[in-house]
Amino acid sequence: MSETAFAMTGGRVALDGRPVLAGVDLTVREGEVVAIMGANGSGKSTLVRALLGLTPLSGGTTLLYGSPPARFRHWWRIGYVPQRLAIGGGVPATVREVVTSGRVARRRRLSPYRQEDREAVARALEAVGLSDRAGDSAQALSGGQQQRVLIARALAGEPDTYVMDEPTAGVDAGTQRLLADTLARLVSAGKTIVLVAHELGPLEPLITRGVVVREGRIAHDGPPPEPEGDCARPGHEHVHPHAAEAAAGPLRGWQGEP
Amino acid sequence: MIDLSLLDKQFFQLALIAALLVGLCAPAVGTFIVQRRLALLGDGIGHVALTGVALGFLTGTAPVLTAVVVAIAGALAIELVRARGRTSGDVALALLFYGGIAGGVMLMGIAPGGSNAKLNSYLFGAIASVTTEDIWVIGGLAVLVLGVVTVFGRELFVLCQDEEMARASGLPVRFLSVLVAVTAALTVVIAMRVVGLLLVSALMVIPVATSQQLTRGFRTTMLLAMVFGVVASVGGLLASTASTRVPPGAAIVLLALAGFVLALGVGRFVRQGRSQESNVSQQAGSVRVKEVR
Repeated sequence: MSETAFAMTGGRVALDGRPVLAGVDLTVREGEVVAIMGANGSGKSTLVRALLGLTPLSGGTTLLYGSPPARFRHWWRIGYVPQRLAIGGGVPATVREVVTSGRVARRRRLSPYRQEDREAVARALEAVGLSDRAGDSAQALSGGQQQRVLIARALAGEPDTYVMDEPTAGVDAGTQRLLADTLARLVSAGKTIVLVAHELGPLEPLITRGVVVREGRIAHDGPPPEPEGDCARPGHEHVHPHAAEAAAGPLRGWQGEP
Repeated sequence: MIDLSLLDKQFFQLALIAALLVGLCAPAVGTFIVQRRLALLGDGIGHVALTGVALGFLTGTAPVLTAVVVAIAGALAIELVRARGRTSGDVALALLFYGGIAGGVMLMGIAPGGSNAKLNSYLFGAIASVTTEDIWVIGGLAVLVLGVVTVFGRELFVLCQDEEMARASGLPVRFLSVLVAVTAALTVVIAMRVVGLLLVSALMVIPVATSQQLTRGFRTTMLLAMVFGVVASVGGLLASTASTRVPPGAAIVLLALAGFVLALGVGRFVRQGRSQESNVSQQAGSVRVKEVR
């Protein structure tokens, strides 16, 4: 029987008093490749953050491999790729330093990095095609390359489950294809993947399950919606009162404005 | 000229040791603080620590010890405001800073034997008056600070780089945040005698800013910053022997700033060379990818 990676029951989240998740039930089993979709402000990012315990629930429960986030101890099983346009920090860090930090959940305090750590980092850099940039400052890279660094950081930890918040947003077509290739390898290795996406693009064939979030609730959960021209794209049929607001954002195109 | 005959004098040897320890510790902690985009944290703690110093005079306790206690309390308060992330945070911090300075001046005025001269020695440093007892305290704190950086450095790097990632890696984020704040407070107290509370933060920030003009990685930035820190603090101290009219604290900070300006020019040169180099390697890389396809 396969393990359950995430199990949220009646999950509610309020940010600054505004309800963002209004009772979400979501269970992700090992080996699933789940795309979480929805309009801007629908709560899909909050949903994955709440699944990880990064955003506290105001109601309901969520379990990570059977434990509440506060009592979860096997964080090395999770690889998180945050939504990020630029790599933070006021001090430069090399690509290798950032990617190596993905191993931190696997290392005990004071235990030095070993051969296996270095090899995992080298494999992760290789997978995203940044081996030759390992010594460069991560901040000096382009947006797409920085996204690759963040993906490599998750890969370096060799987790069982990947959680990616908009890994395809704002990256070039080459990086999208590379991401698709990388995910295909992870899928064939039986890894669990939960990703937030505005548009699936080249990731489409890999997705086994589509979850559409609308106004803090799950509006669709099942096979990924088939793309049949722009109007059948996920989210389009779920145009809601906030759509006008959302369309003002930088990601307007996909919403299929009339 | 620099008066090397002073090297035989005990007060000067003590001053040198203090300068060395501060030059090492302040940039090491400063690297994490700058990475966390809290460059002014040291200034805030410095202001609050003044109240601690005055409290020492008022109660007849060693000012360094009361400064440690109050600086840690202030650092924790600042961390609390930061972690809450409220928009009014910067106002809350400002209030804390003013309260720290005003409280210090007030308590110092009330304290028996408190004087403006004493206040000045803490505001702007009085490295020449460092005693053997001071050196033990400073040395102990320095060991603590460098110990924290060594033991927790890897986790602190993740925390200061990306707090969310630290959380998703199961790191004890609250504990580490408090650790950064407390370590910064200890550093402020160490540096207080050397450059003074108003300039403490300079030694935490300027060497790091200097170093990152020339480096690409975190570890090299920190190590180079520590080198710059020692050069500035020891160099400034030596420069101050030229005349009794040269205050050591200010000499140290100005030397550090001069180093920054120099590195700014050198760094531009280095980066130009690098960007040409990486353009070439990028082109080579894209050729290679095409070949693979």
